[in-house]
Amino acid sequence: MAIRAFANRHVAGWVQAAPLAAVLLGFLIAPIAMIVVVSFWGATEFSIYPAFQFDNYEFLFGSPVTYRVFLATFKYALITWALTLTIGFTVAYFLAFHVRSLTMQVALFLLCTIPFWTSNIIRMISWIPFLGRNGIANQTLISWGVIDEPLEWLLYSDFAVILAFVHLYTLFMVVPIFNTMMRIDRSLLEAARDAGASGFQTLVHVVIPLTKPGIMIGTIFVVTLVMGDFITVRFMSGSQRANVGRLISNDIALLQYPSAAATAVVLLCTVLIVIAILLRFVNIRREL
Amino acid sequence: MRTGYDVELVHLTKRYGDTVAVRDLNHVFAKGHYVCLLGPSGCGKSSTLRMIAGHEEVSDGSILLDGQDISALPPAQRGTAMMFQNYALFPHLSVRDNVAFSLRMKGVEKTARHAKADELLSLVDMTHLADRSPAQLSGGQQQRVALARALVTEPKVLLLDEPLSALDPFLRIRMRSELKKLQRELGITFIHVTHGQDEALALADEIVVMNDAVIEQAGPAREVWTRPRTEFVARFIGGHNVIALPDGKATLRADAVTLGTEGMPATVTAVEYQGASVALTARTETGEDVLALLPEGEFFASPKSPGEAVRLSWTEGRMHRLEA
Repeated sequence: MAIRAFANRHVAGWVQAAPLAAVLLGFLIAPIAMIVVVSFWGATEFSIYPAFQFDNYEFLFGSPVTYRVFLATFKYALITWALTLTIGFTVAYFLAFHVRSLTMQVALFLLCTIPFWTSNIIRMISWIPFLGRNGIANQTLISWGVIDEPLEWLLYSDFAVILAFVHLYTLFMVVPIFNTMMRIDRSLLEAARDAGASGFQTLVHVVIPLTKPGIMIGTIFVVTLVMGDFITVRFMSGSQRANVGRLISNDIALLQYPSAAATAVVLLCTVLIVIAILLRFVNIRREL
Repeated sequence: MRTGYDVELVHLTKRYGDTVAVRDLNHVFAKGHYVCLLGPSGCGKSSTLRMIAGHEEVSDGSILLDGQDISALPPAQRGTAMMFQNYALFPHLSVRDNVAFSLRMKGVEKTARHAKADELLSLVDMTHLADRSPAQLSGGQQQRVALARALVTEPKVLLLDEPLSALDPFLRIRMRSELKKLQRELGITFIHVTHGQDEALALADEIVVMNDAVIEQAGPAREVWTRPRTEFVARFIGGHNVIALPDGKATLRADAVTLGTEGMPATVTAVEYQGASVALTARTETGEDVLALLPEGEFFASPKSPGEAVRLSWTEGRMHRLEA
């Protein structure tokens, strides 16, 4: 009897886990496995053929373009991370510690999400008339007499790309940081004040250490989103800048699937390594 | 042993919008005393403590420590230290770093502040756990750490906000004797907020009973218990019957009531065995409940059960007149 009950429980557990396992297997594991397999295939100008060869990887690692583009991707990720962290932390701090009433907190929090009511691309494109050579920004600055000629670097530049990234992804930093901050016991701040800590000391010695898990989750969001992006870089740089995502999208446009797959595998590994390094620093498990 | 400093409240008032949490308090906490602020929740005792600590702004009046007005100073410059109800230990710091926190804020160099922290940890018998994180400690141990952290600043007055309420009853009794011992050793003033009358009676040199934003009565523990000034104090502190007399009210200690063959007729409504004594509640013909605390041996010589008729008697001299 006991053995049968145990066996039943065992089977029931597997059955309960099966649907999710099937979904993950079919829609996550299988496609990634497929990409890995295809990355070893060969390609000619007009066809692709199954094979097991390292040509794609050899070409990828042999080309100086790859390193330049990966470097550019890291640069975007790093600058965007620094800016979203600064802005996101400040906003979350304001919401969590300066806004006293819960209603107001919820209202302001929803206000932050309003830009997300439209699509990603619309939010991005709406910068173009603002930043263009005869755009609102330039015209305003000229009419104020701050500048004589339109600024060329406002649009179709690294500046524009990073501006769009920051605009798109700051909320992904605000939400987890706000969430962690709301869990900080307020009496800890009082205890710090009682011990003679100034506002800045409380921030450095109490708030930031206790907010680390939230910062880390936000960092993972922003870094993975920026490293995997291709559309923002294309639109905001006017196709003058490249990152790894654009490398892949160009290959796909040219039907060079094996090459695209190889680049994707390398990008995936890079992102996983970055996340692994981040997780070495902070234990986020208590947040999940 | 240091001599203590006295704390004086002068017309101290706290308003939150239209509600008054603390109304015009005037009181001197004598130096080196263990003082308990006793009262039900919402009576203003915590607000008073938090104003002394500097975590709550004073709406009106002032607080003097050793003759100096401290009501406008930030908490750390007042010479007070506070121990929080849930201890408020920093979860990301070790026990030693928690204790050394205020020294670190002052810029004391690492070896010096750790030496000082270890000194305080040995005072509360926690040296062996100095490297643990607060989450690895039991409630009683966390409290010792919180105590060490508060004392590391060498305060003139230690403020304790319901320090024992998170502990189980067994530990609570042990910790309170340790608090009392520590206060004697240090000789500084302790102001301890509590809603437990037994805790206040056990600890306090002086009890300040608060109700409805004002002080109802202040005095030595024994005086408050034996001679409550108002009906509220008599009821809150327990062990008293409040009896309406033609010309006002009086209290009668429950242990002064005896059962006899003559006296006030009443019907037993409840019997509660408490070990050394038995608490018997009886309802008189006028509908008043009278509590009698009878020695265990005496009660079981002629046991009573609910529903039985008894006669309650007491000596007139044991009645104590109430002022209000």
